[in-house]
Amino acid sequence: MAAEQGSVDPMHQFKIEPLFGTDHLSLFGHNIAFTNSSLWMLITTVAITVFVAGGMKRQLVPGRWQMAVESMTGFIDNLLAANVGPAGKKYVPYIFSLFMFILFANLLGLLPLALVGVHPFTFTSHFSVTGVLAILSFAIVLIVGFARHGLHFFSLFVPHGTPVWLLWLIPFIELISFLVRPFSLALRLFVAMMAGHVLLEVLSSFVITSANSGVLWGSVVGIPSFLLMIAICALEFLVAGIQAYVFALLTSLYLNDAENLH
Amino acid sequence: MPQISQLSETYASQIFWALIFFGFVFFVIGRGMVPKVMATVASRDKQIADDLAAAEAARRAADEADAKWKGEAADQRANAQAVIAAAKADAAKAAEARLAAAGATIDARLAEADARIATARQGALAEIETVASEAAGDIVARLAGISVDAGAARAAVKEVLHG
Repeated sequence: MAAEQGSVDPMHQFKIEPLFGTDHLSLFGHNIAFTNSSLWMLITTVAITVFVAGGMKRQLVPGRWQMAVESMTGFIDNLLAANVGPAGKKYVPYIFSLFMFILFANLLGLLPLALVGVHPFTFTSHFSVTGVLAILSFAIVLIVGFARHGLHFFSLFVPHGTPVWLLWLIPFIELISFLVRPFSLALRLFVAMMAGHVLLEVLSSFVITSANSGVLWGSVVGIPSFLLMIAICALEFLVAGIQAYVFALLTSLYLNDAENLH
Repeated sequence: MPQISQLSETYASQIFWALIFFGFVFFVIGRGMVPKVMATVASRDKQIADDLAAAEAARRAADEADAKWKGEAADQRANAQAVIAAAKADAAKAAEARLAAAGATIDARLAEADARIATARQGALAEIETVASEAAGDIVARLAGISVDAGAARAAVKEVLHG
């Protein structure tokens, strides 16, 4: 273990470990152990459930909690109304679930629970999870697109105003940009979350190592690194929100393509 | 990088649990709770809009009632002025008529009084003549010792009195 060598392994935080002795739990021959990743998905789900259920009082004059929940649903509603139009209303449940799932996962992964001996796990820093969400979104776009427009959906690859002499090239480029969408969705979130967590861990290892090596290096390297960590923590909270928003926004833009073509 | 090095052993678990929990979030929260929250918001917005419309309608009705009331008040004031003017004219006419009647009565009584005075004077004059002629007869009888005929005395007195 890296920790035993006196330094911090910045990748250790992403390690998946089966919990509660479920190592060999399997379904159709696939291992579906309940891991620390699954545990934090469960915690995220419970947190979202508690949050939304707290806003279900349905009062005419909302309290603070109800106001908070209504502002989240209103936010997603506005996002879809602005990007998809009236047809976007029916995607509010999906986009809301997506946004809240990613947002809560990102934020819960940033909690300083190590102070009480618990290691928070950010499952959005695993592309095996972000990939599931991205493929879901992409599949919905494909299903909606073909269900609404049939084969006419392929006209998505020929944007308005394409010159005739470029018709051999533009659809090809459009097709590639279309096919890249699920990867860009999944990788953007995964990379953003992982990079921030690695950066925090690396800076914390600077603080620990420099403090251990004496007052001089502790003050020259450790204190600036610690200040930078505080600033980057704030940045990470911003990134947690922005990445969830970007995922929801891009999904709604892709849904707009599927609903309205061009 | 555990994301890659552990991929082959964990991908099934990751995908399975991600689908389970995201599915729960989608079906229970997204499909179950969010529409209710949004219905609450929509009903509140509708109620606010309805209340605003009702308030606007009530304001318009109040304006109309005010304008109507002002018109009625102006009409009634004009009516009242007309009634007052008519009453004044009537009163003036009645006063005039009563004055005229009273004047006539007074004239009649004056004339009657004049007539009574004239009668009284006539009577008084006639009595004075009688008394004067009797007194003249007595005076003559006493002074001259002549008995004068009453008719002659009266004629003499009349002559003196009326010149």
